[in-house]
Amino acid sequence: MTKVENNKAWWLVLPVFLIVAFSAIIPLMTVVNYSVQDIFDPYTRYFVGTEWFKQVMTDSRLHDALIRQFIYSFTILAIEIPLGIAVALMMPTKGRGASLALILVAIPLLIPWNVVGTIWQIFGRADIGLFGAMMAELGINYNYASEPMHAWLTVVLMDVWHWTPLVALLCYSGLRAIPEVYYQAARIDKASRWAVFRYIQLPKLTNVLIIGVLLRFMDSFMIYTEPFVLTGGGPGTSTTFLSQSLVQQAIGQFDLGPAAAFSLVYFLIILLVCWVFYTTIMNMQKDK
Amino acid sequence: MSNETTIAGRTNQNETIAEATYTQTAPQQPVFSQAERKAKYATWRGRIGLTVYLILLLMPIYWLINMSFKTNTEILSGLSFFPQDFTLENYAKIFGDATWYMGYVNSMIYVSMNMVISLIVALPAAYAFSRYKFVGDKHMFFWLLSNRMAPPAVFLLPFFQLYSSVGLFDTHIAVALAHCLFNVPLAVWILEGFMSGVPREIDETAYIDGYSFPKFFVKIFIPLIRSGIGVTAFFCFMFSWVELLLARTLTSVDAKPIGAIMTRTVSASGMDWGLLAAAGVLTIIPGILVVYFVRNHVAKGFALGRV
Repeated sequence: MTKVENNKAWWLVLPVFLIVAFSAIIPLMTVVNYSVQDIFDPYTRYFVGTEWFKQVMTDSRLHDALIRQFIYSFTILAIEIPLGIAVALMMPTKGRGASLALILVAIPLLIPWNVVGTIWQIFGRADIGLFGAMMAELGINYNYASEPMHAWLTVVLMDVWHWTPLVALLCYSGLRAIPEVYYQAARIDKASRWAVFRYIQLPKLTNVLIIGVLLRFMDSFMIYTEPFVLTGGGPGTSTTFLSQSLVQQAIGQFDLGPAAAFSLVYFLIILLVCWVFYTTIMNMQKDK
Repeated sequence: MSNETTIAGRTNQNETIAEATYTQTAPQQPVFSQAERKAKYATWRGRIGLTVYLILLLMPIYWLINMSFKTNTEILSGLSFFPQDFTLENYAKIFGDATWYMGYVNSMIYVSMNMVISLIVALPAAYAFSRYKFVGDKHMFFWLLSNRMAPPAVFLLPFFQLYSSVGLFDTHIAVALAHCLFNVPLAVWILEGFMSGVPREIDETAYIDGYSFPKFFVKIFIPLIRSGIGVTAFFCFMFSWVELLLARTLTSVDAKPIGAIMTRTVSASGMDWGLLAAAGVLTIIPGILVVYFVRNHVAKGFALGRV
């Protein structure tokens, strides 16, 4: 659509700008302010320059959290994206079945995050939960509260359970946008199921998949509530992700300066990775 | 002689062509039905796969519901797929105690406030982005979306101080405003997609007919993108309802969300699992109701109006 040039349109955007700026710019400036000062109490503070940033960059606990975070985010992306596509392909397209499947698939997305944690906390326990009991039945001494590996797997499983529906619904809506003519043409050409997927469905899904990958990456990178409820970051630090170490530092230990510096680095990492993702995918599309 | 051969040759040729087409069409019949059978088989396989997925998906939720109807002694005494000793006691406890059910009311209040605020500010902005070019429009759009990437954990402390200093701490509006940080950009994004699908000519005709901008916007344009507004409201509800970190930080008593109240089930005498499960089940119900209302538009909404 051709757009008319008109700077008066700013008046329409102004309310959005003000309301988001109130919640975004003021707190962000506070964080920047903290990150360069050493604060003892509200009246005693010193300017320390980049000291906190240096400290954050060399803190081995944070490095570990960052590595755990990356492994975690890539694991869940590698599971959720293919699984989500598969579920979307299986969902019925017409009639009551379609509505029902849509509502059922969407349910996990509408559960408060702490309740998701609670559900899995219960479900995974060997004494009162079905999943834990099943694992015990299989002869595995499953205990997410004491075994780091089990805790990690439970958090991944919970995330897959919680967020695959988002990918599935995104893909489902992408698939609905493909005109029936494409499939008819494929039938006439006797295209195989795989060829239909590879040359008709997948290209049409690119846009929603970009949104899906970006959303899932961003949100998994900020994950806090679910592991907090499920494992509290433990056992040890095996499921302590970035948000969790940040909250521990800022509120638990009240190290405002380092926590603020950490916040900024954290935010920049997300922006950077998203930008890299976005431009790579966009360039790949252009090459085609 | 030569004529004959050519004619013969021609007929021969025709015959071979006819034969060729015949041989091509003849086996096509079974191939086609085979493909159909294959497609039917694939649909059945899909149905079975989907059913398995849905069962796995609903199992943890079923377990929670199952548990909410059990007494604590039954929960701890062993596993069973159905409550042996069916009880509504856990629900009675929640509905009979104001400190419990007010949690739901509080959550509902700030979620509704957030939905209304997000829609009111996002509607004109989305219109501006979909219809006009203006200085810094692209940068503005990307800046808005970048707020969706900010981890809430980063903003916890500054939010707490900001809202305390303006006297909004522990009010519903504080949580509603804080959630605008991620909901307003999302609302603008979705609505812009829906609005771009409405042809410009409608705006122009209305202006020629003497409509002023506000009158046109409310009387003509908003009814046109009804489904888009419904979907946007759904997304705002969804992200505000499920968020707890900010909501918990910005409240203490009067506006405390249900998610924060649920931690009360941990006491010195151990966990009150039945009560926890009942409280959890009650947080799922509003979500199911909302998704039921927008089920016909949700597919379009998930593509952010760009389908």
